[in-house]
Amino acid sequence: MPDAKGPDHIFQGALTKGEILLPKCEDCGAYHFFPRVLCPHCHGTAISWKQATGKGRVHTTTVVRRKPERGGDYNVCVVELDEGVRMMSRVEGIAPGEVAIDMAVTAFVGEAEGAPAVLFKPSEG
Amino acid sequence: MTAELRGKSAIVGTGHAGFGEAHGLTAYDVMAQSALAALGDAGLKLSDVDGLFCTMMEDSMPALMAAEYLGIQPRFIDGTMSGGSSFVNYLTSTTMALDAGLCDVALIVYGSNQRTASGRLVTASRPPAYEAPYNPRYPISAYAMAAARHMHEYGTTREQLADVAVAARAWAQHNPEAFERGPLTREDVLGARMVGDPLTVRDCCLVTDGGGAIVMVRAERARDFPKAPVYVLGSAAESSHRQISQMKDFTVTAARDSGARAFAAAGVTAADIQAVELYDAFTINTILFLEDLGFCAKGEGGAFVEGGRIAPGGVLPVNTNGGGLSCVHPGMYGIFTVIEAARQIRGDAPGIQLNGVDLALAHGNGGVLSSQVTAILGSQNTL
Repeated sequence: MPDAKGPDHIFQGALTKGEILLPKCEDCGAYHFFPRVLCPHCHGTAISWKQATGKGRVHTTTVVRRKPERGGDYNVCVVELDEGVRMMSRVEGIAPGEVAIDMAVTAFVGEAEGAPAVLFKPSEG
Repeated sequence: MTAELRGKSAIVGTGHAGFGEAHGLTAYDVMAQSALAALGDAGLKLSDVDGLFCTMMEDSMPALMAAEYLGIQPRFIDGTMSGGSSFVNYLTSTTMALDAGLCDVALIVYGSNQRTASGRLVTASRPPAYEAPYNPRYPISAYAMAAARHMHEYGTTREQLADVAVAARAWAQHNPEAFERGPLTREDVLGARMVGDPLTVRDCCLVTDGGGAIVMVRAERARDFPKAPVYVLGSAAESSHRQISQMKDFTVTAARDSGARAFAAAGVTAADIQAVELYDAFTINTILFLEDLGFCAKGEGGAFVEGGRIAPGGVLPVNTNGGGLSCVHPGMYGIFTVIEAARQIRGDAPGIQLNGVDLALAHGNGGVLSSQVTAILGSQNTL
């Protein structure tokens, strides 16, 4: 990936190494997601990348109903990370219908559609 | 639009075509039939049209495609694509263009053959890169997550969601133009196939073919046409996001802002509105928009719609044609909110005609609760 310096490439490149990096604005200090060349809060352009804590809570969730022969039901949710950003994802390790709003979850780098992706599992304890 | 444009433009023709199943017709065929129907209603010809306001699901240059198909060479076009709200949004640009003299006869038009062509939503829109890997079913997963959050925060129930669909069906049962007119109970909705929790297939709009069209002129000549003119008293838009994961508060839509500005331009309030036509792609939409437009307080939408309160004979007439849930929903429904509102004011609604409607509201939604557009329409008495 030559000259992979754009925000999307930085984020995806980190995922391929098993890391979750989040863009943070140097001007206002706020995180944002999805990655972009400016801060959507203050419109500053000094963006740094921070290792995500990986801690978050399910903000809202649904079960996509699918026939068993096509792979069965699966979860789609929006997680709010402790950094204050939200991302679409899914919670694995429990039945899709067991994923609940406000459930504490922890991020990991898994695979979605054949590419590395941020997924979540229920937090322990 | 601002109060200075209040009542400056008027709808003098409405039309539709291809409701339900338009076998053998393309989306542009349905578009053109709708245009002819609306122009016939206005006593005008295609050659009179010099302003075209159009978007379609399958192209990125739909206004050009439509003008070419219709054999017209408009001097003003607007093909702004904000999803299903686009056609309500055009009430602002038609009014501005007419008022500025950029065109004299404005045609808003849409057509779709999605039901007979594919049986599902057709779209040229690309899935957002940071959502697509998780395979949300577009658009239902987004609305399901909004519904889940509303239930979580306000105790809204699946029964209350179901009652929105039941009310829509009750209106549709009186409308010979509606696609689904069979009986529908709360139990039917709750017991239907779950497609995206908490929404069953009966919480979702129809997938039909169909098209609609509206003809508009400046108010000064609006009384020279066969049908009673319907004036645009106020219209306003607010856009909050594109991807559902970026929606700041899943229980509050930008309809709060679009509604407030549309009411301000028209100089009326929610309490004055006699017919409410909302973009009900899913049952949660009706609840959200009733709250955000000020017909009830935030969080009280569930109770507001419960037990037939928005059905015929209830406290507020909502989606008097049967809505996208039971009348017609060809991919984008927005134009039909305007057409039904206009027909209620004119007195020629296809189903239940309310008595003496002078003020009606049409509300469009686009994307995944992303684009909200509100229009207030009025009779001659409201000028």
